[in-house]
Amino acid sequence: MERFITKTNLTRLAEDLAATCRVLAPVATGGTVTFHRLRSGMSIDLHSRMAAVSPKAATFPQTEELLQVTREGEDKKPEIHETLPQGKNVVIGCRPCGARGKLIFNPVYETEKIKDPYFIQRRDNTIFITLACDRPETTCFCHSVGGGPADTAGSDVLLTLVGEGYVARSVTPEGEEIMKHALFEDAGDKGKEADAKNARALEMMGPAHDYSSAPAKILARFDDMDFWTAQSAKCISCGACTYMCPTCYCFNITDDDLGLTSRRIRTWDNCMSHTFTLEGSGHNPRPTKAHRLKNRVGHKFSYYPDLHKKVIACCGCGRCIKQCPAGVDIRQIVNAAQEYSE
Amino acid sequence: MSQLDDLKAAIKDRLGELDCVIGWEQGYDALHATPLFIRSEADLDRLIIGPLAVHNLSTYLPGLKGKKVGIVVKGCDSRSVIELLNEKLINRDDVVIFGLCCDGVVSQRKIRAALSADPGFVESVTVGADDLKITVAGQNATLKLADVKADKCLTCQHPDAVLSDVLIGAKHGAPALASLACQDEFEAKSDAEKFAFWQETMSRCIRCYACRNACPMCVCRDYCIATSRDPLWVSQENSPTENMMFQMIHVSHLAGRCTECGECERACPVDIPLMLLRRYMNKQVKDVFEHQAGTALDQTPPLFTFKVEEERIHERGW
Ligand code: SF4
Ligand code: SF4
Ligand code: SF4
Ligand code: SF4
Ligand code: SF4
Repeated sequence: MERFITKTNLTRLAEDLAATCRVLAPVATGGTVTFHRLRSGMSIDLHSRMAAVSPKAATFPQTEELLQVTREGEDKKPEIHETLPQGKNVVIGCRPCGARGKLIFNPVYETEKIKDPYFIQRRDNTIFITLACDRPETTCFCHSVGGGPADTAGSDVLLTLVGEGYVARSVTPEGEEIMKHALFEDAGDKGKEADAKNARALEMMGPAHDYSSAPAKILARFDDMDFWTAQSAKCISCGACTYMCPTCYCFNITDDDLGLTSRRIRTWDNCMSHTFTLEGSGHNPRPTKAHRLKNRVGHKFSYYPDLHKKVIACCGCGRCIKQCPAGVDIRQIVNAAQEYSE
Repeated sequence: MSQLDDLKAAIKDRLGELDCVIGWEQGYDALHATPLFIRSEADLDRLIIGPLAVHNLSTYLPGLKGKKVGIVVKGCDSRSVIELLNEKLINRDDVVIFGLCCDGVVSQRKIRAALSADPGFVESVTVGADDLKITVAGQNATLKLADVKADKCLTCQHPDAVLSDVLIGAKHGAPALASLACQDEFEAKSDAEKFAFWQETMSRCIRCYACRNACPMCVCRDYCIATSRDPLWVSQENSPTENMMFQMIHVSHLAGRCTECGECERACPVDIPLMLLRRYMNKQVKDVFEHQAGTALDQTPPLFTFKVEEERIHERGW
């Protein structure tokens, strides 16, 4: 289905949806743009810049309560309540990379053997209304990892800015359902203009980089700690890169004990931190930032593609580059591995 | 010869005796620099200095303890080196300090705010004597350096490296502002207003710890109480309260040690104005202990000592 919605009506649609769903959209606060749950008085900021943090939290919140435990008294058996996520969510105005990024979670959290009910329930109850990118930023490389500025993978609706509104195209039946809303109008011949815009944005990105040799080349460097030490020299091992990444799915589970009640929470974890592989014995198989960066790059561009049909676990949004306090550029590291010769 | 040429010559002189020299090079685009680890003369060609070279490289020194390292420092960065030396976190004999006389660095946030198009689309940048010519998404803009200078540079009392083995450039001292309007404004708010501000601001924090790891004086890092699991001191929950709790830990552990280099705030991916807390704490420390971290060798941070009666804290007089 192809329709058109004006800018004002998109805002109205968001307000309308917010009455029955949790709506997450980019909002500008304190000089930055991040995804917020839309509440009255907030205005969506679709165009000033790409949100600093990805829309990952919509399907994989940074803190997720897994269960609650209550005890009547020390001698009583504790009661355990499961807290599966309830309600519907709609993400409005993420970029194609952010929508595609969440697909990386699927083969990990929904397998023959293991099904993560929290993730699955949330994923299945979340709709993505994505905005195609006008022009790439200096850190964008979505077209090199299977995506593109108008990629539809992971989206339910794709919007393309044309004049004072958006050409909306449904990608899934759920998207089509939303587009039946009265605020959408006939697109007329605006579709052609949208196509031209999408094509122009892709063209601006220049030639795509070929990552097909990366899995083997990175693995070939696995034991070369000199290589990883040099590549990680400027990294400060903070982990901001993985927290901002739409595809990073690692978590930690802790119990917050509050006396007679406690809660088990799952929070984002990241392989750039020391505690990520710290064993109970005190031994840490990844003791340095070089070991950790090797894992981050290796997981995304080598181990994951090897395990999951050659899909690279990176959506090319460039947030890890743009937001890294030290300016570590993952593209450069993978290139260095690909170009390496003994 | 330019300051950069002098610096290159000075580094070339000492490179043979060092494992590496840390400086800056151009980063992923024309507007961003990134740390450069110089190991050979060929690497030297990439070295840059100037208003885009923002990183305080002394952050890397404790992690390189035991190696012979050269480091390029601006005035503020040299204060962090001094503080690291005073706390015996690095050895003076292992470090060669290439000090700069600095004219200030830019704030990427201010640049972002000053441009009409997002600098994510930057095409080219020319650094002039007192302006930046920037082309973003086909539009040209000229920004006065004075307008986009980092806040720390506006109040900088030590633009010339305080400690160095080689000092590059002519010393100029700094006619600095005594205080920042944004700080004064914030401090004038009522407690309730301040609390509401942090509640709102901290709801953005993603507990990524970039602020912690970018800080040259945050030296526990891997063993920080915010992430230790055994014991689990702080909840891993991401909420304004827990996030603020972490900042309170950070700011109190930096009391009397923070050199106000601003790296914590610069590193934050979601623009949390952390310096409001740091500057406030530094003011208290200066007031009570007459101490400013990293301004002289052989100072001891006040919280590293113990006196039964502090001279300037009149406990009984309260
Ligand atoms: S790559 Fe950058 S963001 Fe990631 S851990 Fe290293 S310094 Fe932090
Ligand atoms: S890169 Fe690291 S944090 Fe991200 S998914 Fe892989 S192992 Fe997890
Ligand atoms: S604070 Fe001072 S020394 Fe540091 S960059 Fe600014 S002007 Fe230079
Ligand atoms: S860098 Fe910013 S987002 Fe990250 S923990 Fe610090 S304040 Fe929070
Ligand atoms: S707390 Fe911030 S300003 Fe103070 S030394 Fe650390 S990074 Fe620099």
